[in-house]
Amino acid sequence: MKQTARIISIHAADTSGVCSMLYELGGMVVVHDASGCNSTYSTHDEPRWYRQDSMIYISALTETDAILGNDEKLIADVAAAARDLSPRFIALCGAPVPLLAGTDFPAVAAEIEARTGIPAFGLHTGGIRSYLAGASEALEAVMSHFCTDSLPRTAAPSVNIIGATPLDFSVNGMVESMIEWLKRSGFELVSCMAMGSTLDDIRRASVAHVNLVVSSCGIATAELLRKRFGTPWVAGVPVGERFPAVLASALKTAAETGACALPCAERDASGSGKTLVIPGESIFSGSLARAIELDAGVPCRVLCPLEAEDRLLAPGDLRISDEDEVAAAFAEASGVIADPMYAPVCPPDVPFIRLPHEAFSGRCYRKETLNLIDRPLPWRL
Amino acid sequence: MLKRINGQDDMTGAEVAIRDADFPLPFVSGLEYNAPARGLWNIVHTGMLVPESHQVFACARGCLRGVILTAAEMLEMGRMSWVSVEKNDFFDGSLERNIVDGTAEIVRKLPHKPRAVLLFISCVHLFAGCDFEAILNELRAEFPDIDFIDCYMNPTMRKSGLTPDQLMRRQLYAPFAPCPAEPKTMNLIGNDRPTDDSSELVKLIKTAGWELRDITLCRTYDEYLRMAKSALEITYLPTAKASGDALEKRLGRKHLYLPLSYDFDEIERNLNLLADALGVAAPDWSEAKRNALRALEHAKEIIGDTPVEIDYTATPRHIGLAALLAEHGFNVTRVYTDAMIEEERPAFERLRTLAPDLLLTATVHPKMRFAGKGVHERGDVLAIGQKAAYFSGTKHFVNIVSGGGMYGFDGVARLAERMIEAATHEQDTEVVIQHKGLGCRSCL
Repeated sequence: MKQTARIISIHAADTSGVCSMLYELGGMVVVHDASGCNSTYSTHDEPRWYRQDSMIYISALTETDAILGNDEKLIADVAAAARDLSPRFIALCGAPVPLLAGTDFPAVAAEIEARTGIPAFGLHTGGIRSYLAGASEALEAVMSHFCTDSLPRTAAPSVNIIGATPLDFSVNGMVESMIEWLKRSGFELVSCMAMGSTLDDIRRASVAHVNLVVSSCGIATAELLRKRFGTPWVAGVPVGERFPAVLASALKTAAETGACALPCAERDASGSGKTLVIPGESIFSGSLARAIELDAGVPCRVLCPLEAEDRLLAPGDLRISDEDEVAAAFAEASGVIADPMYAPVCPPDVPFIRLPHEAFSGRCYRKETLNLIDRPLPWRL
Repeated sequence: MLKRINGQDDMTGAEVAIRDADFPLPFVSGLEYNAPARGLWNIVHTGMLVPESHQVFACARGCLRGVILTAAEMLEMGRMSWVSVEKNDFFDGSLERNIVDGTAEIVRKLPHKPRAVLLFISCVHLFAGCDFEAILNELRAEFPDIDFIDCYMNPTMRKSGLTPDQLMRRQLYAPFAPCPAEPKTMNLIGNDRPTDDSSELVKLIKTAGWELRDITLCRTYDEYLRMAKSALEITYLPTAKASGDALEKRLGRKHLYLPLSYDFDEIERNLNLLADALGVAAPDWSEAKRNALRALEHAKEIIGDTPVEIDYTATPRHIGLAALLAEHGFNVTRVYTDAMIEEERPAFERLRTLAPDLLLTATVHPKMRFAGKGVHERGDVLAIGQKAAYFSGTKHFVNIVSGGGMYGFDGVARLAERMIEAATHEQDTEVVIQHKGLGCRSCL
């Protein structure tokens, strides 16, 4: 049944996506909410919360302020905190009650920017869509404002990684491994949006020859940079043994031709009968599916429970929207590679391989997360 | 490696000497930071106390995720389900229908039929005028042998009446219907952990020949329902008082609120009230008092002048605890609190005289983002409570929430022992305080 689950988890919300994407950029993110969004985010969705400071706050919205439309309190509180803490920018997003009340975040942001002189963005979250939607809009807003100068390309081939957050890549070294792989493949890293790079790093994004989109939340920004600077993008994550070479080749071709490419979706499991299935974010899961096909010769299809453009999916992939559809797809599969919180709906006779995804199970299985970047896959398939 | 990005050292607005502090709100409210101390129970933990029950949360993704993963971390996903809210639900009239149909389907699919379903709605449902009564009526008609308990996750309304925590503790006993009382039986209401058997409260109840019932001790739903037959309701946490009042009104039972306290006169007054309600003569508390004093003296000998910092999550009477310790020579330097309860006013005034330089420090003020992990070096600190441990950066802390089940003179003595243990043993603060729901199982 739609919108209902007996036992599986739910992916992180758009508000968490905003916070996660902007965490390391020196801005202030304010979620207009009573308390739950920040507690959920900081407990379950943000592994950096304890060790790395970031100005992520809630507005502590009350019923009275919501009903009376008291935006002045939000504006004054954000302005006061900004005066104390001097963030590089301010991003505002909302939880369900402001969505229902119709809070005009772009207008509130404009007022805050006028009072503080600090660039401010109003984002269109409501705690209802997934983290991908929030992360996408947040990064696009920041890049749209800060990355305006068309700088000369670097002499050596270079690349930005777009779409990296702990929600998809945890903090287990995967991002660092991708950077190492890029270097080994002959690319200089300009920036990683948004883990390990500063706002000043990502402002220089236009010097890159090509962009590597590692999560679908990076597509909008990649398109922005393509339109603004003509930088092509390639979608994929270099997992497994053979797929990284395919991806590196696609990056080189894109840099040379200016054409975008989606190696993660260059698959076709539509006529394969029973296949392995991989539920998850479309670019990572698609890349893993391609890697398994290349390394093990096993056909795979992606089950996509999240927002994804059609072009990110391959023939045979399935969009799934609820627990019943997940269970039905698992029952028809030869095996499942998925977050452990999907296991209860996997039939006992279908092999289940655990691959934790922080955006689904939070910190529950963080110790089990795998770094699959540019190395043999750890399973016998 | 810890990273700091702004190096904020000016704590103006986030801390104040108690001599200059306003009561009950020492700080101006504004944006809020969430410190990574997770031991306090939330409504999921509390709801899980109802034996043989199942929880269904109807709310938006952002809120759902926190409650689902709370259940997952405490290894109770088998007792947690959800119905999500989508934007169109508010406009196409499907808000109530989705909850009814979703909950009914969940119940039908459960491998074991629960005795009770705790059905939670959220702020947006109340904001949108959701007809919760109609939802419950339909579900009760379809599943007459299941108790459907209306529950609320509505932090937006936290200043418009009962807080979600108070409301949860009240609804925890909602299935209790009026019935004849069983003599010499009483309930401890609203706690999330058992009270120490060594406390004068428990001892007095037992020596008076009364049966003590407590949801934290119930293993079956029938045991839980037997609590409805108890003749006396006792609460001692401020967040549980509304629950006791509701039971008094609904069941016609006497409710005694005997607040957790660190003031010896108040402790004695509470215990004497209890003796009176139990129909026994109040014992002489002199020996219990002497034991508590000896324990404090012993702790002071070991802890010496080490600064002591206390936070509001450790005990609802954190100001009272600070006053007790200051009165007995401890070097109490800081109390982390964002707001104080009216019950604390006498202790606040006493503490202001005893230790006028003691600092009250906010926990949610935006500047506190940059005040954690001991960045403001203060040398060795003994912390009482997880937030005090986090902010001070100490490895020496008393790991309790909500009073820790310690009560009365015995509670003071036990706390003194816990302080000695904390002073003499290190803990991995980062690991320990991030476990959710102190005392619950955890998959971490």
